[in-house]
Amino acid sequence: MTGKTLGKTALLTVEHLTMRFGGLTAVDDVSFQAHSEAITAVIGPNGAGKTTMFNCITGFYSPTVGRLQLCRAQGENFFLERLPGYDIAGKAGVARTFQNIRLFPQMTVLENLIVAQHRVLMKASGMTVFGLFGFPSYRRREKEAVDFARYWLDRIDLLDRADVEAGHLAYGQQRRLEIARAMCTNPVLLCLDEPAAGLNPRESGELNELLLSIRNQEKVGVLLIEHDMSVVMEISDHVVVLDYGRLIAEGNPESVRNNPDVIRAYLGEEEDEALPEVIARDLAHHKDSGEGSTHA
Amino acid sequence: MQEGQTSAGSLEFDIVAAGKEAILAALVALGLTIFMLGFRATDAPGGLQLATRFDWVAIGVLCVFAGRFLIALLRQKKEKSGSFLGKGKPAQKEQGTETASQISDRLKRVKRFSHLIGLAMVAAAIFLPLSPIADRYIVDTATLVVTYVMLGWGLNIVVGLAGLLDLGYVAFYAVGAYSYALISQYYGLSFWVCLPLAGLLAGTFGIILGFPVLRLRGDYLAIVTLGFGEIIRVVLINWYSLTGGPDGISGIDRPSFFGLPFARVAKDGETFHQFFGLDYSSMHRILFLYYLILIMALLTNWAVLRLRKLPIGRAWEALREDEIACRSLGINPTNTKLTAFAIGAMFGGFAGSFFATRQGFISPESFVFIESAVILAIVVLGGMGSQIGVVFASVVLIGGFEFFRDLDEFRMLAFGGAMVLIMVWRPKGLLSFREPTITMSADPPPGKDGQQSPRPVGDAA
Repeated sequence: MTGKTLGKTALLTVEHLTMRFGGLTAVDDVSFQAHSEAITAVIGPNGAGKTTMFNCITGFYSPTVGRLQLCRAQGENFFLERLPGYDIAGKAGVARTFQNIRLFPQMTVLENLIVAQHRVLMKASGMTVFGLFGFPSYRRREKEAVDFARYWLDRIDLLDRADVEAGHLAYGQQRRLEIARAMCTNPVLLCLDEPAAGLNPRESGELNELLLSIRNQEKVGVLLIEHDMSVVMEISDHVVVLDYGRLIAEGNPESVRNNPDVIRAYLGEEEDEALPEVIARDLAHHKDSGEGSTHA
Repeated sequence: MQEGQTSAGSLEFDIVAAGKEAILAALVALGLTIFMLGFRATDAPGGLQLATRFDWVAIGVLCVFAGRFLIALLRQKKEKSGSFLGKGKPAQKEQGTETASQISDRLKRVKRFSHLIGLAMVAAAIFLPLSPIADRYIVDTATLVVTYVMLGWGLNIVVGLAGLLDLGYVAFYAVGAYSYALISQYYGLSFWVCLPLAGLLAGTFGIILGFPVLRLRGDYLAIVTLGFGEIIRVVLINWYSLTGGPDGISGIDRPSFFGLPFARVAKDGETFHQFFGLDYSSMHRILFLYYLILIMALLTNWAVLRLRKLPIGRAWEALREDEIACRSLGINPTNTKLTAFAIGAMFGGFAGSFFATRQGFISPESFVFIESAVILAIVVLGGMGSQIGVVFASVVLIGGFEFFRDLDEFRMLAFGGAMVLIMVWRPKGLLSFREPTITMSADPPPGKDGQQSPRPVGDAA
């Protein structure tokens, strides 16, 4: 799978991405590629800079150094670091979800999905003028938007909850709805920040199926941060490992799982026999990076 | 509360607890009233003398005691019936288990109900001046109430929908009023030409206010808008050469009925009563003004209700709910906020020019902070974002304020008390129900091909 997808041109190319907050380097010279129709997982211990990197890609931070190039299938190129946040979602087609769910809790489930189609509907409503007087062209577009929302509600099994306030949904349903809302922006790259957090094993399994179907049917690239190793190892085609802001390993799940650096940094402190040595190395590493960042 | 009583299922009350609570409240009332009501400085030969009015204190304390006692008992009753019969709030609590058809039924019922109330209120408003009780005073008061309804609907866009707390809304009211007064004075344009101009100018000022506050939220935003309202007022006072400063502008053109003035005699051409062959009556103008503001307010309502169901309105509400999520969906928060400010301000401007033409005289004194506060109170008391709630709140606040005119200095007390009571009973406003802007049930699935992936709407974009 990895070999196949890597052969194509990359959807997202991250080059030398660095993000500093004062003296702290949260993301340090990270380069990797994410592909269309592939699930790229970003893993790493807490504080490794995963969410910071996400925020750079989706325009919530502007990176200190680096280039984020998005190549759409139609040949359009976007340099995400130069776009304002809302254009990254609206024009370039990068949608995201949040670690702590950010729905519109007082709006209904359906409304959440309609708001996600804002840019298209806004255009169809002639910047509100046509819509205000109920032009039929706008009404048709709105109906299409509802149909699209219905399609996604059906996929995430929330069709009978369409007119309920989003805040009243159960936690797992809210997670699914947030993914559907992101998909309603019709993205080429879907960025998910810990989508399995707080889900039970059954829900987590359903999420895996949903993500696989998004990859296979909608042909979008998925970039996901995840702590749940069962999700990462089962569905990802490519894994990127960050530690202290640096990229320490990259490859298919199998190779990453067996990479000693990764094991040391993240997966298996208890699996490792030479524990004292590991801790010593870890501390040395920590000290190095600490000193490095104070100089920077 | 008490094990013995609750197991028997009786509705006996815990009198002692309620009494304690009431005594505590009465003591607080005593502390407050003893100086404010109990003593009074009166003029007497040889200087001021202290008169006592302990009977007033007693009445006040007794009222507080009785009121608090009743509240405590009511609360006990509510707790008991709530725990035994599950009377609580079934619609809210059981929403998780409602089926789709039940939800759609409930929404339909509510929709029909609000439509009925809306229609009834419009009918009442139209026929009010024709009813036998309508004299000049009633119609004048009704005009005032409808003006505030319109202002409330305008502010509802900013506060209720977009969630931007605006304490300086009266600034746009002032801009509208002064725009009309100055344009008509300097260029001699009629009310009907000035009305859109005033709206546009107020909208522009809305954008001017919007820019510096784009990054602010909540309390900070409220303070800046408060400052903006004061800036406008202070400029109006001090720019003497243009605005006449504290003297204001008098002799503002009154509106005409499609060119027919409401006067006893016209300088040139016919007047309203001559054209229609009526006897001259000063009521004509009053009635005309009333219907004018009614039409303007209804147009505002129509526009706001339409806007709410358009992408821009949904974006406003989404912005109120979560700005960060909005950005992640491609909504430009800057433009969205600015349009909310501009459109809200525009309706304020329309209402302002109506105010100017109705009064014939305006001065900065009409546009003080308390006006902003009253308009905001109308929106909040009515229930943020609720159109009908604004009407109720205006009638209660503005109408009630007039109604209690006989109470003199106690008017403010009654006013404040009413607000406290409403907020205690209905913390989310009189009508806090939010009607969805679009429902799935209203739009049945398209036959069998509901399963197929429809083309994303955004393909062309």
